[in-house]
Amino acid sequence: MSVIKKLAILSAAFGLLAATAGTASAQKKYGLGASDTEIKIGNIMPYSGPASAYGVIGRTEAAYFKKINDAGGINGRKINFVSYDDAYSPPKTVEQARKLVESDEVLFIFNSLGTPPNTAIQKYMNSKKVPQLFVATGATKWNDPKDFPWTMGWQPSYQSETQIYAKYILKNHPNAKIAVLYQNDDYGKDYLKGLKDGLGSKASSMIVAEESYETSEPTIDSHMVKLKATGADIFINITTPKFAAQAIKKNAEIGWKPLHFLNNVSASVGSVLKPAGFENAQDIISAAYLKDASDKQWDNDPGMKEFYAFMAKDFPEGDKLDGGTVVGYGVAQTLVQVLKQCGDNLTRENVMKQAASLKDFRTEVLLPGIKINTGPNDFAPISSLQLMKFKGDKWELFGDVISADVGG
Amino acid sequence: MSAAEEVVTEAPAVEAVPKRAMTLGYGTSLVVLAALILTPLFVKNFIIFQMTMVLIYGLAVLALNILTGGSGQFSLGQSAFYAVGAYTSAILMEHANINYALTLPVAGIICFAFGFLFGQPALRLSGVYLALATFALATAMPQLLKLGYFEHWTGGVQGLVVTKPDAPFGLPLSQDMWLYYFTLAITIGIYIASVNLLRSRSGRAFMAIRDNEIAASAMGIDVSLYKTLAFGVSAGITGVAGGLGAIAVQFVAPDGYTITLAISLFLGMVVGGVGWLPGSIVGSAFIIFVPNMAESISKGLSGAVFGVLLFLVIFLVPHGARQVALVAQQLAAKLKKN
Repeated sequence: MSVIKKLAILSAAFGLLAATAGTASAQKKYGLGASDTEIKIGNIMPYSGPASAYGVIGRTEAAYFKKINDAGGINGRKINFVSYDDAYSPPKTVEQARKLVESDEVLFIFNSLGTPPNTAIQKYMNSKKVPQLFVATGATKWNDPKDFPWTMGWQPSYQSETQIYAKYILKNHPNAKIAVLYQNDDYGKDYLKGLKDGLGSKASSMIVAEESYETSEPTIDSHMVKLKATGADIFINITTPKFAAQAIKKNAEIGWKPLHFLNNVSASVGSVLKPAGFENAQDIISAAYLKDASDKQWDNDPGMKEFYAFMAKDFPEGDKLDGGTVVGYGVAQTLVQVLKQCGDNLTRENVMKQAASLKDFRTEVLLPGIKINTGPNDFAPISSLQLMKFKGDKWELFGDVISADVGG
Repeated sequence: MSAAEEVVTEAPAVEAVPKRAMTLGYGTSLVVLAALILTPLFVKNFIIFQMTMVLIYGLAVLALNILTGGSGQFSLGQSAFYAVGAYTSAILMEHANINYALTLPVAGIICFAFGFLFGQPALRLSGVYLALATFALATAMPQLLKLGYFEHWTGGVQGLVVTKPDAPFGLPLSQDMWLYYFTLAITIGIYIASVNLLRSRSGRAFMAIRDNEIAASAMGIDVSLYKTLAFGVSAGITGVAGGLGAIAVQFVAPDGYTITLAISLFLGMVVGGVGWLPGSIVGSAFIIFVPNMAESISKGLSGAVFGVLLFLVIFLVPHGARQVALVAQQLAAKLKKN
């Protein structure tokens, strides 16, 4: 009996020794949700409700992480992707975020979608010191590392896009009269603010008309007629796909031919320009950061071919022409890069630190020349865009990649 | 609507003993109360938060129950009152720095006035027409909150972030736990007040109107006054619930108060049992937890699964939790006899 007891004590002592030695030599550090075999990631998406069309982003990400896991995971760890539905309702987002953080104990929340839902949980996430990484909204306020060091965006902010248009207008059409149509919500107003900031002191004299519409309106025809009557020669179109197509069509019908800037949100060839009619969409200017899967010029691009292969093999039920799948794929790739950089130090602090030290990273669904760069004071991963003009049946990129960093 | 109407018109059969039909027995009440008080001591903060939300939506369902179960009027506009209450609390807390506890009565009074005034013209309508008028209010509310004129106070589409209160007097409670007990105290207060209201002269007037309007007015009840009063009381309680909701969620935005919320509350009332006040908590638990369950069964078809579950409930226990409670009571009585 006593021998066994001694042995037990001895082995326990050795075990303890081995354990401490192990942690000391390999320097493995884990926060909640990470272990030798698993990294647990939370996600909140509107799979139901008014914004359910965006749910495809979450599904694409799930498919991409499954692909990564099947290939052995990241540094030997599998990704456990826990994605919940919030129906785009902020109170529900809070409930789901708390469930992820306090009950599922995820390492961080990744790519939660929508400005109101993310605003609802931003304070909570930052007080809990849990990363709210690569949120899926273009609002400018996510780039605010001083006040919210645990929140980071991904896509270019809406304001930076219209600032780029403003730069272009000031350079090439300094005496233009500008008419703006925008959606009456945070997205539309953010865009409008970027435009005004970009035009600076000339904003009040150059912008001759601002019209807003509600998403509940069946058509925006009357707004177009009103804008035409102002005699503006530049039209800035800040609308979501359905309304963008209507505006392009109506412009042709009433014979208004201003220089037409179309926001990136609606720059899809397949879902906006084709239904509006290519003949009506010639010479429209827009800006982009991602390759458009419905644009034929990328058919033989190696990066997009990889994406098409992923869609065919790992996510056959998804629609590759839906812009959401490209976004989901690109943002998931960015996250995988961050986790690779983390190595064996998977704490919440280090995830945030690595996310803020991406240097010239590229996912191949980004347009050529656009790179992801972050730093301790730069929480805007993608901050450059390229201008493009619609010719024939595709976008032609022109000019240099223009960057516009905007702080929140 | 006809199913719900049937429930309402059928109610008198149970109402033969109104005191018992409206509430739980003392023993059961005490057991439920003990469970509500003790459970938070043993669970995670997240669960406490969910329980707080159950109480808050429970209050809102209770308010609708007074309106529909008590006075027999329909409302699909409860989300509008809930939103007004939430915004009242949020604006007072964030812009005027008023203590959170003091904002609740203000929210209640403003909503009572709002409901009472809305009730004046709306109550010329009845049945489905009233439901439609309130439906219009619910669809209009999120857009009104976005209006530029109010943006300075409401924060427009961006909404308002609300600071969560700490426990007072240095009590060793987490924020969530304190808020839970705070909510529980208010809920119990309102529940007792509601039960007493329905047992009072006014409550009997509500029920008389529900059962037969013409008979009620022949008995000298001022039908339009009591109808608007029911509307006001219901809106006031919903407003308090909205204020509590804003404090618990720490955020108000127009997207949180869409028509979906109004329909959820209506659903909660039907599931809990129309006219049976304790059922409000059951109904509220249903609208909070069952969508989560549906989602865990199938992400892509969560809506369909929810529909099936709802259908099962309506089909198997058309009178909701009240029916379950009655059956349980009968069983218990049988067991006692044996």
